Amino acid sequence: MNGIHDLGGMHGMGPVNPETDEPVFHEEWERRMFAVLMATFANGIYNVDEFRHTVEKMPAAEYLSTSYYEHWLHSLEKVMIEKGQFNQADLEAAWSSVSSAEEIA
Amino acid sequence: MSDHDHAKPPSDTALRVKALESLLLEKGLVEADTLDALIQLYEHNIGPKNGAKVVARAWSDPEYKARLLANGTPAIAALGFGGVQGEDMVVVENTPDVHNLLVCTLCSCYPWPVLGLPPVWYKAAPYRARAISEPRAVLKEFGVEISDDVEVRVWDSTAELRYMVLPRRPAGTEDLDEDELAALVSRDSMIGVALIEGA
Repeated sequence: MNGIHDLGGMHGMGPVNPETDEPVFHEEWERRMFAVLMATFANGIYNVDEFRHTVEKMPAAEYLSTSYYEHWLHSLEKVMIEKGQFNQADLEAAWSSVSSAEEIA
Repeated sequence: MSDHDHAKPPSDTALRVKALESLLLEKGLVEADTLDALIQLYEHNIGPKNGAKVVARAWSDPEYKARLLANGTPAIAALGFGGVQGEDMVVVENTPDVHNLLVCTLCSCYPWPVLGLPPVWYKAAPYRARAISEPRAVLKEFGVEISDDVEVRVWDSTAELRYMVLPRRPAGTEDLDEDELAALVSRDSMIGVALIEGA
């Protein structure tokens, strides 16, 4: 598949910009995202092929403008819904619930 | 629920992750203890210190080095390292004539059991795009100049197959033991974007 993920040799990407003394995670949500995705791997309800397939199907502009762990988030939400582990309404209810908790806090 | 067809996720990614985590917990699809254990393991226990031990052993023991280069996965497992994202390992050796560099152009495949989780630059577009088309220029950005008479070999990792570079042993380290040697080995030297001082 000749998608945006196939970056080898592409021009115009700019310098590499390595970070000195980089932490394993930059934000708490990255740590949580890592853990939930790995836990679904570990208990067999999600696998690396499903991960790759959903990330490679991301719209090109979104793929390039979002970070590594945002790709993970996109993929895990999609795969869990596609496999019927929960549905879109469950996810939206969870969105409302965290958003209202945040407003109260 | 048709009113909700177009509900938008929270614009704050942290909240969206929190929602996903709480839903997975509520449905019993993941367990809180497992999440804590995974974070502990990958943030604190697994990292490039593992790979450095493999390198130090290879520098100290020619028989081990031969096994490591011939068949990486079991030789690495012999030191206690293996598992997720390192199921099939190939170790490539830097020599006076060859410098090796690792990339994953399609994604961010990286040998977790020996190097831990990959740095942001390894997963980002510039490195993935350029490491295969202009590796010497990329190496210069890391402060590494490879002379023209040294071949640069770039290894593109896949979901199934992961590489690790065996860097050159620095001169004047004949008297060091394995722990002292391991302390010289940086993560970047095992990706191929750094040299070890004196090597």
